[in-house]
Amino acid sequence: MSAKLGAELTQPQPHISEGKQRTLLRRLLNQKYLQVMALLGVAWIIIFSYIPMYGVIIAFKQYVITHSISDAPWVGLENFKAFLDDDELPKVIWNTLGMSFFKLLIGFPLPILFALFLNELRSLRLKKAVQTISYLPHFLSWVILGGILATWLADVGIINHILMGLHIIKEPISYLAEPSYFWSIIITSDIWKELGWSAIIYLAAIAGVSPDLYEAATIDGAGRFQKMWYVTLPGIKGTVSILFILAISGVLNSNFDQILVLRNSLNESASNVIDIYVYQTGLVNSRYSYSAAVGLIKSLIALVLLLIANSVSKKLNETSLF
Amino acid sequence: MLKLNRRTAGDATFDAINVIIMLAVCFVTLYPIWYVLVNSFNEGQDAMRGGIYWWPRVFSIESYQAVFKSSGIMTAMGVTVAKTLLGTALHVFFTAMVAYAFSRRELVGQKVYILLGTVTLFFNGGLIPYYLLIRDLHLLDNFLVYIIPAMFNFFDLIIFMTFFREIPDGLEEAARIDGANDLSIFVRIIIPVSMPVIATIALFHGVYQWNDYFTGMIYINNMDLQPIQTYLYRIVAQSSSNQMAAAMPGGISKNVTSQSIKLATMVVTTMPIVLAYPFLQKYFVKGLMIGSIKG
Repeated sequence: MSAKLGAELTQPQPHISEGKQRTLLRRLLNQKYLQVMALLGVAWIIIFSYIPMYGVIIAFKQYVITHSISDAPWVGLENFKAFLDDDELPKVIWNTLGMSFFKLLIGFPLPILFALFLNELRSLRLKKAVQTISYLPHFLSWVILGGILATWLADVGIINHILMGLHIIKEPISYLAEPSYFWSIIITSDIWKELGWSAIIYLAAIAGVSPDLYEAATIDGAGRFQKMWYVTLPGIKGTVSILFILAISGVLNSNFDQILVLRNSLNESASNVIDIYVYQTGLVNSRYSYSAAVGLIKSLIALVLLLIANSVSKKLNETSLF
Repeated sequence: MLKLNRRTAGDATFDAINVIIMLAVCFVTLYPIWYVLVNSFNEGQDAMRGGIYWWPRVFSIESYQAVFKSSGIMTAMGVTVAKTLLGTALHVFFTAMVAYAFSRRELVGQKVYILLGTVTLFFNGGLIPYYLLIRDLHLLDNFLVYIIPAMFNFFDLIIFMTFFREIPDGLEEAARIDGANDLSIFVRIIIPVSMPVIATIALFHGVYQWNDYFTGMIYINNMDLQPIQTYLYRIVAQSSSNQMAAAMPGGISKNVTSQSIKLATMVVTTMPIVLAYPFLQKYFVKGLMIGSIKG
């Protein structure tokens, strides 16, 4: 600002275009440190974000590790066709969408409910303590949580011990080796890890609801539940919709870290999701082009989902990301 | 405001039930961690029988001795400490520096730069092209793979920018009159007044660096360069008996089992986060608010 102003004041400008050019040069020179600082960031963004975007073209090529990307021959949509013909496709899609659906169905409302009830606690100290404890698991890695789960679900683990003690089961069950238990394990452990953390944003939103509304509701004779339902919940509607848009657009992100830690060859039929499939075919089996094509399909679907969720939310309650 | 209300019997019941629910949530959250802790302090062979819920049945610290004697685990721990300290310092400095430049309205090209960054929030090349990039940059099997690709993040940049825009212009102008350039203004003025947001981002990134196992798993083959989480991943998810055997130095008693070493390693790995947690907690809540309001 000040640099631009100074340049304009001191320089009589014979031709506007020439003057503008000289001003621009002058401004750039004045902010040379600033430009260097910014351009270092731009360089990082280009290298680590845009070069991989360019690298996506290997999905349309037959890339082999000894070639460079530009030398690899074009094959058109062959890699995409191969994925559609793959017998794994239905299973992979089913697992991805199925787990996400249940995560959304159970994992999305629970933190809202938790925040609503936490907000109703009268003791401030208890409220703080509950909060502190509930976010703790968010800071532990999935590797550690995978270890904890493996300990719990082991043959000699606490779950089998309790169920056998209560004579509900006779033989210990190897839960992680049974595909039928896999989704429940994923969904439950995800909620366990993120419940408290996800509630923070809702708590912040609840804190922003005007106290006047509660007073008015009290005068009208509203009870605790009624206030929660008719005052608090509408008050955080905007936050809920924004987070719902984000959750929808992340539906295909089936929590790679979590599944990678918990899956094994025995539960594969329930644990193989798109991200795992991309990792397996690409990095483990070195089918680079094919795997990049699958990854590209996934990104495109995710983008479309984001746009749809955004426009629906815009129509319904005038809240949107962009 | 609530004090004005008379408490009815219904209210009291509601409060009682609410407190019980909240205590139940706390118990469910903490108990799995406690369970691992007590089992790790139990003698290994005995723990195999199961049924240890509240307190070690046969107390033993032998698993921990084995962990601290194992050169493999200690090397991995050293890599983790190094990448967390170095990675976090560089991430915070670099991202804040770029954010400061991007946040200045007189910056020529500001709109284009920010647009370039915003696009990356919605598109990316995916795993395979990214892997090929890392390979072409010669970062495979290189310690710098933990540091350089992680030194910038556009989400963090937005949080920094939001904060920097609140800083009064007068502070910078005074320094400029004294002849300071933009870099020294950033280092001497902006960084010191931005400690709350710096602490928040440092905490987030520190936790990321500490917990990240994927980078070590994908891009590192040299066992001396793998971080502790990757090490743990290999023994937790793949139950690799080779790693376990390597972890146990000779002369360790038979009471230690691979399971008990696994538990002890998990506890040792988690400890720094649990210990730092109460001190850092007040920062991250504030930081998350800054991020969530605009983001």
